[in-house]
Amino acid sequence: MNKNKTTGKSEEEENHESRRDFLKTTSILTAIAVSPVAVSKAAEYNLGEKINHALETTPVNLTINGIKKQLAVEPRSTLLDVLREQLNLTGTKKGCDYGQCGACTVHVNGQRVLSCLSLAIMQDGKQVTTIEGLSKGDELHPMQQAFIKHDGFQCGYCTPGQIMSAVACINEGHAENKEDIKEFMSGNICRCGAYPNIVKAIQEVKNGGQKI
Amino acid sequence: MIQFQFERASTVKASVNAMVNNGNARFIAGGTNLVDLMKRNVMTPTKLVDINAVPLKDIQQKNGVISIGALALNSQVADNKIIQEKYPLLSKALNAGASAQIRNMATVGGNIMQRTRCSYFYDTTLPCNKRQPGSGCGALDGLNRMHAIFGTSKDCIAVHPSDMCVALVALDATVVVAGPKGERRIPFEEFHRLPGSQPAKDNTLQNNEMIISVEIPDNEFNKNAHYFKVRDRASYAFALISVAAALNMDGKVIKEARLAMGGVAHKPWRLKEAEKSLVGKQATEEVFKQAAEIAMQGAKAYKYNAFKLKLGPNVIVEALKNAAGLV
Repeated sequence: MNKNKTTGKSEEEENHESRRDFLKTTSILTAIAVSPVAVSKAAEYNLGEKINHALETTPVNLTINGIKKQLAVEPRSTLLDVLREQLNLTGTKKGCDYGQCGACTVHVNGQRVLSCLSLAIMQDGKQVTTIEGLSKGDELHPMQQAFIKHDGFQCGYCTPGQIMSAVACINEGHAENKEDIKEFMSGNICRCGAYPNIVKAIQEVKNGGQKI
Repeated sequence: MIQFQFERASTVKASVNAMVNNGNARFIAGGTNLVDLMKRNVMTPTKLVDINAVPLKDIQQKNGVISIGALALNSQVADNKIIQEKYPLLSKALNAGASAQIRNMATVGGNIMQRTRCSYFYDTTLPCNKRQPGSGCGALDGLNRMHAIFGTSKDCIAVHPSDMCVALVALDATVVVAGPKGERRIPFEEFHRLPGSQPAKDNTLQNNEMIISVEIPDNEFNKNAHYFKVRDRASYAFALISVAAALNMDGKVIKEARLAMGGVAHKPWRLKEAEKSLVGKQATEEVFKQAAEIAMQGAKAYKYNAFKLKLGPNVIVEALKNAAGLV
């Protein structure tokens, strides 16, 4: 078994300890006065999962597409997983899950970021906009319309990320010319190779001059 | 990803205190590198201290230096008007790194602290002295195309992946850090270290210290500065080789020169001897080629990265020509 050089403890021991540290410091635990002993008793009676869920999650307030949500998230959960798995907002795509493809791009407080590398617990109090929040009811966002018009996609998997990134690219002032657009859209990979049409769509919206 | 304890700190003091007696705790700011490494179990901190509420985002001019807060975002620094006007080398280097989304998340402090992208470091099934001291260096006789040609050791040939740091070392920046005993200042060139027999240590920061700002002294390099990065694709890739070149020119004569390379060593690689060779000379391609030859002295290639010995001088010359306006 691998021992940690610094602590001399095995990974299992460390995981166990980190879990114990976590339980010690979780405020919910103090609030409902459950001791670790009670937790392990609960586990024996198969109540473990439910209680663990309550103990291991932290409340997080998010405004998603203009709607306030109070969520209970586990510290390890990424914003991407919370959007897709807890809120069923599956428009935001999981591509690589390691910050290399841009499929998970969303806006946090108006800035484009990668939701796969954002811990949900660190977004408390923030405004999140996903692809579902761009359109006004049945009326598509100008960028969505431009992507359709210019055939800015083939399989469509990268498209929500491309569109979120494209809107931000214009708002940042990084869509002044074709070269800028290509450079500042380079974080969104398209395996189908729709790049020239994506650039055209962005140029049309940019040249249209409408507020987006 | 293993479970971890999560804390928030809103002052430098509270952040530093949260590290005391916990060698397995880590600060988290943008998280663009740390979350990635935690997902892969390359880094397994048992406690994360979120420092985003600490007021360290400002960029301000004072007493002959510009001070950039450790939590200033990479995009914020790259787009800052003072930086663009007075330190265009830094702005160019920042925009050459990562993607727009990542630059919106990544901080200056985090950029300095990012880990190597050596594939042996990233793969927990392979040996790596940086990740698992004593396990060996997989890259030494392995796939080492991306690896170092300067300052390597038999234990590690990884490179530091940052573009921003190449510009900062060229601009004689200082890293200001806070610890339990107060603040200390580290010249940028001494911040990162060579691997030697301890590749697990990327830099000279202690675990209970945090970066609070980076200072760049005023300079005359704003008119003739260029960051040239060569990579496998046009954008959004780590450097095979990059060069930061900055000149202070009097007509065609070089009064002062700064040169640093990325993608070639365990730290951003300053080229002081090559700089000296440029001073007092006319800015010509011939002079730049001589400087490049000096810069490459002592370079050592491995099985798959010998191309860097040829590419290096070419990138240096190209960066200098661009800086001098010869292109």
